[in-house]
Amino acid sequence: MTDADGDLACLALREPQRLMSGTLSQWESVIRQAARADVLGRLAVMLDSLGLTEAVPPAPRLHLTVARQVVFAQHQELRREMTLILAAVKDLDIPVVFLKGAAYVAANLPAARGRLCSDIDILVPKLALPEVEGRLMLHGWMSTHHDAYDQRYYRQWMHELPPMQHVRRGTVIDVHHGLLPDTVRRPPNAALLLAAARAVPGLPGAQVLDAPDMVLHSMTHLFHNEEFSHGLRDLSDVDLLLRHHGDDLDFWASLLRRASTLHLQRNLYYGLFAVREAFGTPVPAQVWAEAAPAAPPPVMRALMQGLWRRGLRGPHALAALPWTSTATLLLYLRAHWLRMPPLLLARHLSIKAWKRATVKPVAV
Amino acid sequence: MRIRTGPVGFCIRSVVPEVVRGLTALYGDQTVEGPAQFADFHISIESARGLRRWVRPQLYFRIDGVSPFAPLPGNQGMPMLEWGMNWCISGSCHQFLILHAAVLERNGLALVMPAPSGSGKSTLCAALLFNGWRLLSDELALIATDTGHLVPLPRPVSLKNESINVIQRFAGDAVTFGSIVRDTVKGTVGHFAPPPDAVLRAGVRAAPGWVIFPRYVANASAEFAPLSRGRTLMRLIENAFNYNLHREAGFRVLADLVEGSICREFSYSSLGEAVQLFDRLADGHRPGEDTP
Repeated sequence: MTDADGDLACLALREPQRLMSGTLSQWESVIRQAARADVLGRLAVMLDSLGLTEAVPPAPRLHLTVARQVVFAQHQELRREMTLILAAVKDLDIPVVFLKGAAYVAANLPAARGRLCSDIDILVPKLALPEVEGRLMLHGWMSTHHDAYDQRYYRQWMHELPPMQHVRRGTVIDVHHGLLPDTVRRPPNAALLLAAARAVPGLPGAQVLDAPDMVLHSMTHLFHNEEFSHGLRDLSDVDLLLRHHGDDLDFWASLLRRASTLHLQRNLYYGLFAVREAFGTPVPAQVWAEAAPAAPPPVMRALMQGLWRRGLRGPHALAALPWTSTATLLLYLRAHWLRMPPLLLARHLSIKAWKRATVKPVAV
Repeated sequence: MRIRTGPVGFCIRSVVPEVVRGLTALYGDQTVEGPAQFADFHISIESARGLRRWVRPQLYFRIDGVSPFAPLPGNQGMPMLEWGMNWCISGSCHQFLILHAAVLERNGLALVMPAPSGSGKSTLCAALLFNGWRLLSDELALIATDTGHLVPLPRPVSLKNESINVIQRFAGDAVTFGSIVRDTVKGTVGHFAPPPDAVLRAGVRAAPGWVIFPRYVANASAEFAPLSRGRTLMRLIENAFNYNLHREAGFRVLADLVEGSICREFSYSSLGEAVQLFDRLADGHRPGEDTP
């Protein structure tokens, strides 16, 4: 199992069979890194599907079994929660599109395997937002982030409401009206996404994004993130979503077309680059040839590749490359830079810094 | 330092002097080494970085480099470590159904005492373990979901405030507190090492015997009160950490525990009286009627 790279979580997802020759001590490191990257459940399911679980030594195998058990229980809860959300907004007669983890589970995609999702994300038409919020509140979801500035930040500039938490169940829902904040330079048209969304068999009223849109959303969300504790996990989602379509040329053609329509070509480039490097995802040569020109100019490209190589690794300290903390800082700044025009950004960051500095420490 | 407490292995890293001393005093019997030792959790107690390292020093509990809680004052390393270890187990060891309860064993049968903090459970548990009962755990009951048996988790016993003096008087030389820390949020917290017998027999599980809900009541005489099996089951569910995760299997495990045990409430003020009554329990006495 020797791998000079050190990112055992990534290795585990890419080539799980290589783990089988590992010593107990190596397994210990694998479990630690995979748990920290939140991909332990996925690893457990992968080993299961390869028929390798029984060959894992008992002590690490226990962690894999428990991870699988937790994911299974959570998916049951998730389906129940989605049904309750749909019931809450049913009479509004609007499309409710589930996003990310919840979508993978709802549509029973390979990307759902072993994946824990803490919150449920939905996309609704912007005009319906106040009514959606009202219905959810009626059914027990309360807004979090009670600070006046935070509320304004979300409602005025971001593409989502502040997260809402259910008073009894404690579950959290993020209501989006767009893929990216309205303050970005070229916001993708959410109406196009909603129009192309498709129904989910077995969950009446629920929708998920069309296949190419789902991939683009996953990539965009990943490359606009401000922190990357789930970077590897989200990249793994992209890998599984792409592999699901294999060599379906129609899908790949749509992917390129949609990226152009939604102004997401740069994110598609980064996505394909990162996923091929980390997981060896098979991407048809002509697709890569068509996506590659969306890359930034050579110097910037080299810099960004270096940043992504660090940001999208397993987050465990043992997996870190030199300059990883600098890279994550730069990516954090980049995320904010992309989110807002410079003046607004400067104002936002100084207000956040001021609030952090003046917060009174809370007694434990 | 690597230790093994029952079914769980920890790798603990710290250079804080009180923590190192405390670890040696409380876990000396349970250290392990060698390539065949698997640590389920890698945890550390570390000083804050920067100014807080020296100015009103703070300590962090970290698991694989991540701090799940706010830091605590610099003298509270050992209690923080213990609370952190409880958090690791109750939050991750879902191969078991986990209850917030003390567990002791006698004649192969388990005495499960679920109770919130402040009920006198730990004091009673400490008294019993010096009087013929084997300690399985003073805080977390681990139930194997396949057999319904209680799994030993011998760890230091924690007592607070007045209980420390009470047990010191009660057990005399038999008890040595390896760590006493004052001024925590819970007051003064003391820990003593699990008895050698508890550590030696960490592999020996216990079948259901008794489920007793203890309550310290000032000046009360020690007595058992009846408790219906239905109510017992509900209260066990209330005291479970991961009931939701186990779903129907969890219900069956707890129902079997209740079915296989004598279920009572217990109130006491004198430890001596309490210990005597529990001796009679162990001898097969069934106080009051079993109610469905």
